[in-house]
Amino acid sequence: MKPLVLTLRTNPDERLDLSALVPHRLSGRTADEIARLELQTGRQRITVGDMFRVRGGDSRNVRIEGGTHRLDQVGQGMTDGEIVVEGDVGSQAGRLMAGGRLIINGDAGRWAASGMRGGHIVITGSAGDRLGGPLAGEMAGMRGGVVVVRGDVGERAGDRLRRGTIVVDGRAGAHAGSCMIAGTLMVRRAAGPLPGYLMRRGTVVLAGGCDELSPTFLDCGVHDLVAMRLMAAFVKDYSAAAAVALRSPLRRLAGDMAVLGKGEIFCADE
Amino acid sequence: MREMIIKGMRIDDTFAEAFTMRATAVVITADSARWARQAAVTMTGFGTSVIGCGCEAGIESELSPRETPDRRPGIRVLLFAVSTSELQKQLQNRVAQCVLTTPGSACYAGFQGEEALKLGNALRFFGDGWQISKRLAGKHYWRVPVMDGEFVCEAATGLTKNAVGGGNLLIMGGSPRTTLAAAEAAVHAIKAVPDVIMPFPGGIARSGSKIGSKYKASASTNEAYCPTLRGAVKSALGPEIGSVLEIVIDGLRSSAVAAAMRAGLGAMIKLGPRRGAVRIGAGNYGGKLGPHHFHLKDLLR
Repeated sequence: MKPLVLTLRTNPDERLDLSALVPHRLSGRTADEIARLELQTGRQRITVGDMFRVRGGDSRNVRIEGGTHRLDQVGQGMTDGEIVVEGDVGSQAGRLMAGGRLIINGDAGRWAASGMRGGHIVITGSAGDRLGGPLAGEMAGMRGGVVVVRGDVGERAGDRLRRGTIVVDGRAGAHAGSCMIAGTLMVRRAAGPLPGYLMRRGTVVLAGGCDELSPTFLDCGVHDLVAMRLMAAFVKDYSAAAAVALRSPLRRLAGDMAVLGKGEIFCADE
Repeated sequence: MREMIIKGMRIDDTFAEAFTMRATAVVITADSARWARQAAVTMTGFGTSVIGCGCEAGIESELSPRETPDRRPGIRVLLFAVSTSELQKQLQNRVAQCVLTTPGSACYAGFQGEEALKLGNALRFFGDGWQISKRLAGKHYWRVPVMDGEFVCEAATGLTKNAVGGGNLLIMGGSPRTTLAAAEAAVHAIKAVPDVIMPFPGGIARSGSKIGSKYKASASTNEAYCPTLRGAVKSALGPEIGSVLEIVIDGLRSSAVAAAMRAGLGAMIKLGPRRGAVRIGAGNYGGKLGPHHFHLKDLLR
């Protein structure tokens, strides 16, 4: 069955909340009914039909054509189905997502995958700061699922990560994996300064090393661990290059000793 | 007792009586097949009969690196017990003492059952706070630091309450040598059947038992099948029988036990009475104790 296609008519003047356009909330609605749905934005009243040309189809499979960084909260709270965005998206893409698949063929803004609990996000471009991180006042960030970013990510990727896996094929900004509680963050190219800053538990893999490592991480030597094989088998479906990096012996650094110190950073042995 | 003659071999018109048991499975891997096998052999040692060992355990199959979670050589082990609590206890003790201790080993769930038994969830405490939990692809693992690196263990494995224990074949030959040859041929054939084990040494038991004893014991020698007592007791053996061996089969389901018995019968018939067994029977208790009856004539159809 053909997907439900939403084609952006024009770039919005203000930020646009697209959290209403997720498969489980569109289920059972006709194209006309979808076009009449109201979208949250500034002071104006805007409907889906004002911003998008709607072509009816299977609402479990939503395709958004023509992205812009003003499209916020794409796929927020999604529970099943698939959303494909052809273009960029704004902040909080896939926030609180519980299932399904969100594919962004472009860049994503800040807080992508924030509070995510399950499902699968692929961002073929780059992602902004605090990928998977919590919003102000929240205790934990991402709590499940898999996020793959083909490009680079901004600062504090995996901030307060509680569970789940983030794979970054490109570079990461400063403080990757900051305050991590558990879960796994993999960065294939170089990471910025102070990765794992104040992490309590969890695993950060830096296949391309980092600019500056905190002195509160302690060298535990080079190891070829079975756990890395399991991780390689898991990530190979998402990033073949990341899987290759995991199959080599890696240096284990335990930390952050400034806090609990039960976390770990794995780096390529140089 | 009526019998069939197939290629000169007498097949008793009888049945094996088997019981419903609790069962689980684990996959043990190591850096080499040799060490995976060592861990599995150690874990399944002293696991021949629930009467005295607490569980019946055995190696089900050897796995290639492509078939294991960590892409290393592996062994699949099955364990059977009469209760869930006893199975949990046996699994925990055996993995802790025999697999955790083996160099380079890891242990994973070998079976997705309707319920779960603790595996790594019970063993993780060996890490004394340094253990690491890791969830990948919907599976939960524990990484426990040990002196050669880490022991990786899946958090739980499956439990089935519909397993079948006690499928059996009684192999009767003219001499100990030919009887053992027949039993070995049957064991070799049964090893290819999935989801079954033969818990006795090398798959073969020479001390078949009956229920009860003149002493305070739950089981004692089955004198009706002891050739040296043929003239002294009500023997089930004719003058042509000089030796009897038994193969006991436990399976994750009834159909697996039937397939194993069929494979064993076929191998012994193929070997023939001159080089192997002259008669094959099966052990039962009159059909009143075990719900699973495997009739030899049905298996040969």
